Amino acid sequence: MTGREAADRRRALVCVAPTVLALGALTVYPGVWVLWLSLQHRIPIFDVSRFAGFENYAFLAVDSRFWSAAHTTAVFTLGSVALEVVLGVAAALAIHTQRRGRRLALSLLLLAWAMPAVVAAKLFEWLYHPAAGLINVALGRHAINWLGDPLVALPAVIFADVWRTMPFVAILCYARLLAIPADVYEAAQVDGAGRLATLTRITLPLLGRILLLATLFRTLDALRAFDIMFVLTGGGPAGTTETLTVYAYRALFQTLQLGFGSAVSVVVFLLVMAVAWAYLRLLRAGAVAA
Amino acid sequence: MRTKRRALADIAVVLALAAYAIPFFWQLLTSFKPEAELLRVPPLLPSRLTLSHYTVVITQSLMPQALGNSLGIATLTTVVSLAAGVPAAYAVARLPLPGKRFLLLAIVASTAFPQIATVSPLYLLMRALELRDTWAGLVLVHASFALPLTIWLLAGFVREIPIEAEEAASVDGAGLVALFRWVIVPLLAPGLASTALLTFLFSWNEFLFAYTFTVSEASRTIPVALALFPGVFEVPWGDIAAASMLASLPPVVIVIALQRFLVRGLVAGAVKE
Repeated sequence: MTGREAADRRRALVCVAPTVLALGALTVYPGVWVLWLSLQHRIPIFDVSRFAGFENYAFLAVDSRFWSAAHTTAVFTLGSVALEVVLGVAAALAIHTQRRGRRLALSLLLLAWAMPAVVAAKLFEWLYHPAAGLINVALGRHAINWLGDPLVALPAVIFADVWRTMPFVAILCYARLLAIPADVYEAAQVDGAGRLATLTRITLPLLGRILLLATLFRTLDALRAFDIMFVLTGGGPAGTTETLTVYAYRALFQTLQLGFGSAVSVVVFLLVMAVAWAYLRLLRAGAVAA
Repeated sequence: MRTKRRALADIAVVLALAAYAIPFFWQLLTSFKPEAELLRVPPLLPSRLTLSHYTVVITQSLMPQALGNSLGIATLTTVVSLAAGVPAAYAVARLPLPGKRFLLLAIVASTAFPQIATVSPLYLLMRALELRDTWAGLVLVHASFALPLTIWLLAGFVREIPIEAEEAASVDGAGLVALFRWVIVPLLAPGLASTALLTFLFSWNEFLFAYTFTVSEASRTIPVALALFPGVFEVPWGDIAAASMLASLPPVVIVIALQRFLVRGLVAGAVKE
């Protein structure tokens, strides 16, 4: 190794030292600690603190509230991501056709995305107001109690989440559309392809990879979502919007079961990692396409 | 004829997106509506506009303190995250770093990290270090949480810097600090802006950690203050609307005035691999 190389290595280590320290202390260490916590009974208010092995996990297996939260998480994630992808592609295609006014269009679209989720929750709480909410007024005074009726509360929460996060999918697709060279479309026109054929045979396949990535990010975010349902419904009515994250939070900080709550959050963690791993495999497999 | 149809189509797209943003505009209108007319819909438009909800929020609620906390915490988070992220991104992109593959893997894995998974140990850690309800505690947590994405984005932007620029600097015998000060940071400026915006927005919008680690107005951020906005006998919809508008002020400014940097950052995060 030359002196120059050794010096560069030293420089590199100096450069990453603060990052390694910060991630080590505030991400990796808590990440290991939570595993340890999940193997304990820790209820500070009753002075309970003892090793429990896998008892917390064994309890989860038969805990109906846990399975209900897992089911809600799955419905929320699938519903929210599916709607976002469809609407996001549509919005991207629409903006891409614009000759003028794209900046304004992007501003209107990104407005929703840039809001804090808590603000989005407050906007929708007001829209869903049974008497004075814009949605019920638009529906002609059917006094639907959107956030209080177990049948419609989860769709209402999904809708609010889709509103705030769809623009992310749209922006990624829009950027990909901008990168498609014009001669691709010209060639299609020469070959006599109609609009529909151009969309299904050319545009959508070219969007494939970026859509897969957008879906990955959005699925991970939906699995981790917390603010929107916590503020909008608090997991109610009758627990119908309680996802795993909300259940974990309540166990941790409302009933103060640090061990059990940690076990629920470890499940969320594993779920997220499993999904990320599956998507990355898909991406690798599809690396040739696009 | 053709151009006319095109223009109409353009207007239709803008109108559709304006309709999409109605939840925001409706809240904006609500924030200026007189109290007595809030629950009387229709008519959709109020008889007059009033600033009374803003006056209440600014003089009688904890929102002003929360705004100050959020501004301070989000700004410091951005500064800390960039201060650690720029050198790290440079090392990852350009230097022969031992264990680089492992570090990159750790960075990618931690961008997928759910906050709920570390909130319980971080809570215990904050309590042990007496950092609960302080700016410092939240800044540390936010910055470390934002760091992986920061490095990921910046490493991509560093790779776009022509390598000749750096070589010229190292021939001149510039030290590490001088290299960053005079070469890397100036050339990285647009990328830094994009990254800074995303980090700022993350910290401004973050709720779970802020809600868990804050106890009082000493450190409560805007989303927490908004979630806990008090109503004595009935929900003060007008005041909440005004408070929501204050909470969305920086995001709105960023979307309108700094859109170019924002979009660049968003796209870079997804496309660079």
